[in-house]
Amino acid sequence: MDWVKIGSALFLGAMLVFMFPRMRQAIKHSPKGTMQDWMGYIIPIIAVIAFVVFLIMSVR
Amino acid sequence: MYQNQTTVARPQASVLSTNKVLRNTYALLSMTLVFCAAMAYVAVSTQVSYGAALVANIVAIALLWFVLPRTANSGAGIGVIFAITGLLGFGLGPMLSYYLQVNPSIVMTAVGGTGVIFLGLSGYALTTRKDFSFMAGFLMVGFFVVLGAALLNIFMQIPVLHLVINAAIIMIMSGFILYQTSSIINGGETNYIMATAGIFLSILNLFTALLQLLGAFSGND
Repeated sequence: MDWVKIGSALFLGAMLVFMFPRMRQAIKHSPKGTMQDWMGYIIPIIAVIAFVVFLIMSVR
Repeated sequence: MYQNQTTVARPQASVLSTNKVLRNTYALLSMTLVFCAAMAYVAVSTQVSYGAALVANIVAIALLWFVLPRTANSGAGIGVIFAITGLLGFGLGPMLSYYLQVNPSIVMTAVGGTGVIFLGLSGYALTTRKDFSFMAGFLMVGFFVVLGAALLNIFMQIPVLHLVINAAIIMIMSGFILYQTSSIINGGETNYIMATAGIFLSILNLFTALLQLLGAFSGND
């Protein structure tokens, strides 16, 4: 394994360590969404997935 | 969720302030994206190594974590955000060089695709004015899991996992764009430098994930 891979692994590991307390804080303090709120996220995400599939088909 | 209460109850000064943050964010975002592209061009034309790109990324993330939060409320924050975006653009060099060599059209498709996704999602958040603050925990956990999977895959080298990670990054970054845009609209984010940093990172991650996904499915990865 070359040093770029080791460096990348250390970098990602440091990001995980740094993010962990922020993640816990976000889980604790973010408000709960209703079904309607989640639909407001799911609908545009389905559109994004469809668009990415379209892009993949166009480059194949 | 609470959008009706907030928009009706918020005084005009607050709405004007929100519009100012939004305008400044998009102005700074467009400038940083141009600067990032210029730095990526420099890195591609000078054939920067993977090691140098990794160092640029590490320095950029260190600036983002430790320097930007301390300078975001001053003029120095502008210089720091340009340094971060420039270094991240420079860090794209080796990946862009590779895809430009094997299939340049993929890079253009990824740039266009990222632009369409960003404009579409921002337009959606701006027109519906929905409050996406409930997604903070979900997005953070999702990103944490993806980073963990990416770390594992450095050692395991599973091609399918690589594709799954990139697909997940696209969905999570799309969520972050909605979350960050709604955060500006609803007054959650009042600092345009921090808002720019957040949206810029989402766009950059979206672009790299889309580029790798297109590269894999076109048989060039």
